[in-house]
Amino acid sequence: MEGTTIRRKKRLDRSIKVRTEGLYALSGWSEMGYLVFPRALLIVGLLVLPFFLDLYWQRVICAAGIYALLALAFDFLAEFVGLVCLGGALFVGAGGYISGLLNSTFGWHPLICIPLATLGGAVFSTLVLIPALRLRGIYFAIVSFMLPLFAVYIIIALSVFGGTQGISALDTLPSTWFEIYLILSVVLIALFLVRRLVSEDMGLILRGIKDNDQAVKASGISITNYRIRAVFIAALIGSFGGAYLSHLYGWLGISLFAMDFSILPIAAAVMGGLGSLAGPVLGALVLTPLSEALRGFGQLRVVVYSVILIAFIVYKPEGIMSWLQRKYQQFEHWEEV
Amino acid sequence: MGNEPLVRLDGVSKAFGGVQAVLDVSFDLFKGEILGVIGPNGSGKTTLVNLTSGFVRPDRGTVSFKGKNVTGQPPHRIANMGLTRTFQVMRPYHSLAAFKNLIVPLNSPRVKRTRSGTLGDLDAVAIDILEDIGFERDARVPYKPAGSLPLGYLKRLELGRCIALKPEVILCDEIFSGLSMSEISSLLPLMERLQMEGVTLVMVEHRLRELFRLADRVMVMNFGEKIADGPPAEVMEDPEVRKAYMGRETS
Repeated sequence: MEGTTIRRKKRLDRSIKVRTEGLYALSGWSEMGYLVFPRALLIVGLLVLPFFLDLYWQRVICAAGIYALLALAFDFLAEFVGLVCLGGALFVGAGGYISGLLNSTFGWHPLICIPLATLGGAVFSTLVLIPALRLRGIYFAIVSFMLPLFAVYIIIALSVFGGTQGISALDTLPSTWFEIYLILSVVLIALFLVRRLVSEDMGLILRGIKDNDQAVKASGISITNYRIRAVFIAALIGSFGGAYLSHLYGWLGISLFAMDFSILPIAAAVMGGLGSLAGPVLGALVLTPLSEALRGFGQLRVVVYSVILIAFIVYKPEGIMSWLQRKYQQFEHWEEV
Repeated sequence: MGNEPLVRLDGVSKAFGGVQAVLDVSFDLFKGEILGVIGPNGSGKTTLVNLTSGFVRPDRGTVSFKGKNVTGQPPHRIANMGLTRTFQVMRPYHSLAAFKNLIVPLNSPRVKRTRSGTLGDLDAVAIDILEDIGFERDARVPYKPAGSLPLGYLKRLELGRCIALKPEVILCDEIFSGLSMSEISSLLPLMERLQMEGVTLVMVEHRLRELFRLADRVMVMNFGEKIADGPPAEVMEDPEVRKAYMGRETS
């Protein structure tokens, strides 16, 4: 051991002393502030951000919000229900088409169409996914991935809903500011509600199904029933994104069922940290602008993008969120042994 | 006994591919008794539990519970009628705290029905149940993640999950396996108390000595068939049972 000193990283918990997972005993305002700060930072940060952006980047944030919703829905289903759902495009397509068609057919205001399409898209997506719910793991993933492709070919083959052209000149939302704050507030509310849900009784049952579905059955609970409810919740979140999107661009078409809506949210969830709910939202808010910024690389954009993603999976598999949490909750220093 | 059986299997058979796991098994289970099920490895004991609790659908034969034919009913429906089971491989809801594991059965339609309107604090109910079945020695244990508990506690948690359902029948699939003598002897009073409270138990076991202290009646399986059924002492004198266990007849 001569000459070399062995060092190891020492970690100390910061601040709140009485703490178990998600449960805190607070003993003063400073501890309260310690807990509130990161949450407030996300909320205030998101709400202030649009003031520092030009129109182009404000549009990017709107798109990022849609991906954030999809990433949240993916994380919820994958980590808390055990369903790896690659059907983000199904939710977006169903919500987008319903909202756009209501608008173009009946001339209803987008603010009436969007809520109706959110509900309608969720009901539709859930109904078509029900037959696949008895499948597990990769099989459910494959079916959920194929369904949006089905929808595309049905629309092309039958030339319904505008066929390959789509339908343009849909009504848009009142203003860019309205657009941006609508999506940001929905993202924050959805995040809050899903976080609440997973610690409620229903969330516990869903996590039980993920851990051991046999034991849940033996406890007198129909797992299909609960899976349907979970898919419906995820589909609500995704369909809102789709309905919003068709009015953001004033257009609906088969690209609402594009694979991007199934794949990019997964990348965001992996980068943000699976199972943390806030992580995937954060991941989407980083990845989408990043993907825009890389437009300068032209064809190489996908390569650069993929390299960043692979680097994350290999070197930071736990994701941004748990890395941030560790840095925030613990002091780290090197000490000699 | 002698009246209507609580559970009745009639000529039940099940094959997996070419393997005949259970062949033409019939038995009656009466209210309040403890029935032991023994037999060499691969004799179809666990399949019998799966068939009775609805996890596996029989190829032939009928399963009835409380006089109703429940053949082919999904397990959650049978559980809601009051028949539940433990699993041989302990897999708790590992991401949840131990007491939160009981929130799942406490949300079943069966329990909700009896909770009459006021929801009350389910967490408190769950902790009461765990303390009642031997989690009292260390007050912190119910709050630990279920995945970190030692095997003895996992077995109790498995039973706790059944008890929370307020069942009439519990099928225990090798609840003693992997436990030390002292852990088993601390579980025995719990099983006896369940019987006193009117719960009917089926215990699939390899640990004959402990089982015979509890069981009122023992049923022996071999190669998927029932080869004996009766009081423990009588059954162990049966030449066919001795052959199955020792490989040959002994005097």
